[in-house]
Amino acid sequence: MKKNKAIVCRCEDITEEDVINAIDEGYVDLEELRKKLRIGMGPCQGRVCIQLVTKILEGETGKKVPKKSQPTSRPPIVPVSLGTLASDGK
Amino acid sequence: MKQKSDVVIVGGGVNGCSLAYNLAKHDIDVIVVEKKYLSSGATGTCGAGIRQQWSTMENAQLAFKSVKIFEKLSKELGEDIEFRQGGYLIVVHDKKDMKQAEKNLEMQRSLGIKVDILNSKQINDVVSILDVKGMNAIGATFCPTDGHANPFKTTFAYANAARRYGAEIYTHTTVLDIKLNKNKIIDVKTDKGIIKTNTVVNAAGVWSKEVSSMVGIKLPNKPFRKEIMVTERMKPSFEAMVISFKDGIYFSQQQEGQIVGGIPIPEEKGGFKTLPTFSFIQHMSRTLTRYAPVLKHVNMLRHWTGFYDVTPDSRPILGESTKINGFIECNGFSGHGFMLSPMVSKILCDYIAEGKISEILQDLSLERFKDKKIEHEMNVVG
Ligand SMILES: Cc1cc2nc3c(=O)[nH]c(=O)nc-3n(C[C@H](O)[C@H](O)[C@H](O)COP(=O)(O)OP(=O)(O)OC[C@H]3O[C@@H](n4cnc5c(N)ncnc54)[C@H](O)[C@@H]3O)c2cc1C
Ligand code: FES
Repeated sequence: MKKNKAIVCRCEDITEEDVINAIDEGYVDLEELRKKLRIGMGPCQGRVCIQLVTKILEGETGKKVPKKSQPTSRPPIVPVSLGTLASDGK
Repeated sequence: MKQKSDVVIVGGGVNGCSLAYNLAKHDIDVIVVEKKYLSSGATGTCGAGIRQQWSTMENAQLAFKSVKIFEKLSKELGEDIEFRQGGYLIVVHDKKDMKQAEKNLEMQRSLGIKVDILNSKQINDVVSILDVKGMNAIGATFCPTDGHANPFKTTFAYANAARRYGAEIYTHTTVLDIKLNKNKIIDVKTDKGIIKTNTVVNAAGVWSKEVSSMVGIKLPNKPFRKEIMVTERMKPSFEAMVISFKDGIYFSQQQEGQIVGGIPIPEEKGGFKTLPTFSFIQHMSRTLTRYAPVLKHVNMLRHWTGFYDVTPDSRPILGESTKINGFIECNGFSGHGFMLSPMVSKILCDYIAEGKISEILQDLSLERFKDKKIEHEMNVVG
């Protein structure tokens, strides 16, 4: 795959090149890659980028990434303001 | 997989990786065995705050010396670990709090740590968004050299440097058993093969109890579930970590602008459940917006769970067992093992490489729990 500047993770502004460089440095575990680059930690929690990053990783290493090593989504699934969360609904 | 090594470290968190780095640098043959990926334990879930304001001398000393190492660590390891010194502001709520704070301050200053007492008016000079009345503060203590670092980057940087010095790190590999001959270690059995060794370091975090039991040692450590959250990014508005022992809250703004913080929930008990709770979300957002009302409009993005590996006195267990030769504990960090790791790994390396015993190592040995008069660390949050 040719390295390019296409944005892979929009929330954290990470390009395909960034991902491939990190893989070259030895971050071949999806979780380590994610933590190194903050991929999937943006407001969308990776819904936009994790599939894509998984594909790139599989392409570069030639190994399938097991389904169970896909990161979990954390609540609140959509961003909610602290003020709303703090209110008791009265 | 290598079949032999001087030292086998169980656990690839910040402590296992920093110890591997120190040992490898001393030309010691070392292997780290990690059952998942590096930083997959407490290290990867943690707030990564670094504070020197402790009530017990050992914790304060370890943290103080660790900060000296953190200050040069990015350079030493050749990678940016995002260490930043924005200080820790500890809120004081009443006269009793103030008494304890003054006592701590005296001890901390005697070690050379720079700490000041702020009156209620000075609090906003440090963190302008705090509502001094809302958080019921009569003052605070502030140490400007406290701070935080990126826990993943720190762990990876230690691991990469360790590998450069010849350490081997096996991820997705689990230690299943440790074979003994009387009171000596013979080998370590993993799911990928056997490694002959005479020295094993138990840096398995919250799983340390299981690892110790492989050689018949009982640890008093207990897992405590902790929740922590992150908000969306906002423009940089404060640099200090704000904490309160009374409310249990801690929060800070990270370099990219997001706020990270935690608080215990009232009904919490010990144990291994990992599902985040709604009670946490409510408790956290209420207390945080009481401390800093301007945050009402900021969105919470995610919250997650991690575990503190807690000892009866909230101080770590370090050093060689008196029963099994070569079995070395490096666990029980009770919620502050990230900030202590640079110094902890140095002390353990000095012991393993040169047989050096420091006073701290003696004070923090497992043996202390036989003595009923243990000194408890008071300054715990989260
Ligand atoms: C919510 C939260 C917030 C925190 N905030 C802070 C903070 O602000 N500042 C601070 O200093 N500390 C903080 N801590 C505490 C800190 O995270 C820990 O003390 C520290 O990360 C411990 O590092 P470790 O390397 O000793 O253990 P861990 O990071 O837990 O690593 C242990 C590793 O051992 C592996 N392992 C276990 N059993 C086996 C086996 N049989 N075979 C192979 N591998 C095994 C695990 O997979 C794990 O990766 C916080 C903790 C939590 C939960
Ligand atoms: S696009 Fe990567 S986290 Fe949203």
